[in-house]
Amino acid sequence: MNKFPFAFLDEQSKKEIRRAILKGVAIPGYQVPFASREMPIGRGWGTGGLQITLALVGKEDVLKVIDQGSDESVNAVNIKKLVQNTTGVQTTIHTSEATLIQSRHRIPEVPLRSDQILVLQVPEPEPLRRVERSEFKTKQLHAEKEYSGAWLWLFEQIMRYNQTTQGADYPVLVHERYVMNPSPIPRFDNPKINDSDALILFGAGREKKIYAVPPYTKVESLAFDDYPFEIEKFEGKACKVTGLTNVFLDEMTDEVTGETYYVCNDTSFMQEYLEKRGTVNVR
Amino acid sequence: MGYVAVTGGQEAIEASLQHLSYERLKDGKFIDVQALKATMRGFLDQVMSESSLYSENLAALAMKQSEGNVEEAVFLLRAHRSTLPRLYYSTVTDAREMFVQRRISASFKDIPGGQILGASHDYLHRLLDFSLMEETEADVLAKKSEFEQMEVPEKSSLPLDHLPKVMDYLRNEGLINEFPLNDEEPDDVTKESLTFPSSRSERLQILTRGQTGAINSLGYAGLRGYGSSHPNVGEVRVGYQPIHIALDDDEDEYYIGSIKLTEVESFIPVNVSENGKEVLEFDIGYGACFGQNETKAIAMSILDHALENPENTPIHDEEFVLLQVDTVESTGFISHLKLPHYVTFQSKLEQVRKIKREGVPNE
Amino acid sequence: MFDKPILQIKNLSKQYGKGCLHCQNDGAQLERNFCPVCKTVYACKDISFDLHRGEILGIVGESGSGKSTLMKSLYFDEEVTSGEGYLIDYHEGKENIFSQSGQQLRWIRNTLLGMVYQNPMLGLKMDFSSISNIAEKQIAAGNRNVDNMVSRSYELLDKVNIPVDRSKEPPKNFSGGMQQRVQIAKALSSNPPILLLDEVTTGLDLSVQAAVLDLIKTIQREMQISMIVVSHDLAVIRMLADRTVVMLNGQIIEEGLTDQILEDPNHPYTQQLVYSLL
Repeated sequence: MNKFPFAFLDEQSKKEIRRAILKGVAIPGYQVPFASREMPIGRGWGTGGLQITLALVGKEDVLKVIDQGSDESVNAVNIKKLVQNTTGVQTTIHTSEATLIQSRHRIPEVPLRSDQILVLQVPEPEPLRRVERSEFKTKQLHAEKEYSGAWLWLFEQIMRYNQTTQGADYPVLVHERYVMNPSPIPRFDNPKINDSDALILFGAGREKKIYAVPPYTKVESLAFDDYPFEIEKFEGKACKVTGLTNVFLDEMTDEVTGETYYVCNDTSFMQEYLEKRGTVNVR
Repeated sequence: MGYVAVTGGQEAIEASLQHLSYERLKDGKFIDVQALKATMRGFLDQVMSESSLYSENLAALAMKQSEGNVEEAVFLLRAHRSTLPRLYYSTVTDAREMFVQRRISASFKDIPGGQILGASHDYLHRLLDFSLMEETEADVLAKKSEFEQMEVPEKSSLPLDHLPKVMDYLRNEGLINEFPLNDEEPDDVTKESLTFPSSRSERLQILTRGQTGAINSLGYAGLRGYGSSHPNVGEVRVGYQPIHIALDDDEDEYYIGSIKLTEVESFIPVNVSENGKEVLEFDIGYGACFGQNETKAIAMSILDHALENPENTPIHDEEFVLLQVDTVESTGFISHLKLPHYVTFQSKLEQVRKIKREGVPNE
Repeated sequence: MFDKPILQIKNLSKQYGKGCLHCQNDGAQLERNFCPVCKTVYACKDISFDLHRGEILGIVGESGSGKSTLMKSLYFDEEVTSGEGYLIDYHEGKENIFSQSGQQLRWIRNTLLGMVYQNPMLGLKMDFSSISNIAEKQIAAGNRNVDNMVSRSYELLDKVNIPVDRSKEPPKNFSGGMQQRVQIAKALSSNPPILLLDEVTTGLDLSVQAAVLDLIKTIQREMQISMIVVSHDLAVIRMLADRTVVMLNGQIIEEGLTDQILEDPNHPYTQQLVYSLL
């Protein structure tokens, strides 16, 4: 009795989501409100990204879904399965093969191309929420381009710790106009949003917002003149499997020896790298 | 090597899902959806109200599928709702046309048409009835025919589908703050996202589909010093409300069925000035939900009035109330904490170590 | 004091409520500043005054006289119902500040005005460090250099006698008098030509009051900043204000040099106020 429409959502809903996406592309970094639908997966589990994916996916698309850098994480698998069951599209783990990539908390290590769209899942779209609880007021602050609150937040961290302590979801200024949460990607990934070849879309299902960074948009991480923005550094550490150093690493503990070691966080990238070198597939 | 805790996901998920299916079947017992529909009225009413989807069949199916988990059942129905095209809006319906099964007023003893107690748990001693442990289908049928042979003790003096409202009585006396009829198209929160300040139609929709427990708790807070509303329940009515639609190019309305509805009007005394004199009048707090959900509807009427009159306490704060009462949103976000947060945690860890290593100056 | 005034306020009115036929009538009978029919409150009615460079203007009146509403209107915390205001440092005093956009009002607040509230909770973020509180106005005014803001903040902390080694503590750890000092430092941080002080010593111990008033006096002397000081306390007015206006029921009933008002009050209400306290 599986009588669900193509890509789950009814056509009117898809239309509305596409309109929100177009508005987001037209106003880079601006949070477009939309009437987020209830999805078969939990609010907070990527429903914003999923709605964007479902509104955009066509029969020709090749889909990749990643969660925290992994194609095989439970949530990535779940989302991929849902899209596949309701559309029948092809899926892949290879970044370069995908036309549509939905991701939670990472941008792939393989550079994206202009014929690809990256959809990021967003838990909290509002960069000013930490300093202003009221949605009514934050909307006004964006309208007036009043971002002292976001700067003050960073300043306070510098006062306390002599550096910014915002880990992931480090705020950026888009197109010299809107301050935006890039979703909880590590700072390591922030530079990838700037002047990106691919369109990047952000979906917050529970908070009912969609926003976008169109290709080749200037995106700067907020930083004071004398305290430049820094990405995570894994100094003196390398991926135990590939030996790579210029990638985001996961910290692991050896079950037997208790020793700490590191591996690439982007597992499909690691696999491709190994295959290219003719090394054995680690999975 | 066991190096990434999140790989092998596909197989693990499949196994988990199979385990879940087995849990429902493992005792070899069976109950059919129609039996649930016939006997689980309270569950169905709560679930239909929270999912804002009126279908006893689907609610019973959701109950069966979710093994009686309210949170899951609402979730299933809400998700299903997203797949359904919405073709029509019903026309305005008036609760004066409700076929009333129960109607009580806590404000007046003698109301036109009388107090109609209907079926309610209110007058029950909450003692476990151990005879139900052994109840059989034959028992059910025997008791049923016994009931059906009883004489109806008393009939209402007025037709049950045209009972006047208690509020009309106060209104005729000029004791209710008069407002002009507002025939604006309501905003549909499922099609346009909520913005602040919100409209009353948006507030009422969000409250009526709010999680029963959340609405009750906030309404209760309103009575316990976090609100300034002290309502008298003017009228609670429960019954079947006829629903009509009108096609675009046609003025005729078509009857499409009736739904069980609880409607509450609370009277809240307020000061107003009239010709230079201070007088007391009544405001109305309004609550209405699918099914028989009386506590929720009363709590909703408290919140409706509180949000109409913003003040500096949480339950008078529209953003506080409206953004936290939705069951799918709150349970979804809380449960997402179970998802892996390895990257975000790694990013934080790197900084914590750096700060520990370098120390904080001036301290 | 023959320069053009640094701030000119003309016919400022602020009412809460829409008004009705009864109270919009000129000879209307109001209960104080309150319409008994429609409950409209006329918090400020037709207020006009000038503030000159380097001057301290006192505003005195009992609670409910409208002086705090006036202050909040001057800092744009409240939107005025009608009236005009001209700042010499804003478009050379040619643009009415009260008809500017929210963005412009923010700019004026951040660069041309400083405010010290009676309640420090309104002026400070109690959980942020004191130094961040002080830097906030500089950030708002566009400063993006941390070291520069830190040294400016240290300077100000020194000026208000707060030891630099406590600068990273949040104001919630401080006493009432210290919180007011942090507010003063914050208000001064963007170097504004005008400082607004709303009942800044109310609720503090007498000895602490004296120290805060001394500080204000010293700052005024050193920085030649113009100030508007609102207080119900004539002693505060006597100590600080060059010139004073007296408010009653939302209106100015008397104004003049402070000495003159205190020695030789004209209006019966002022007389009552002065003689009951002397």
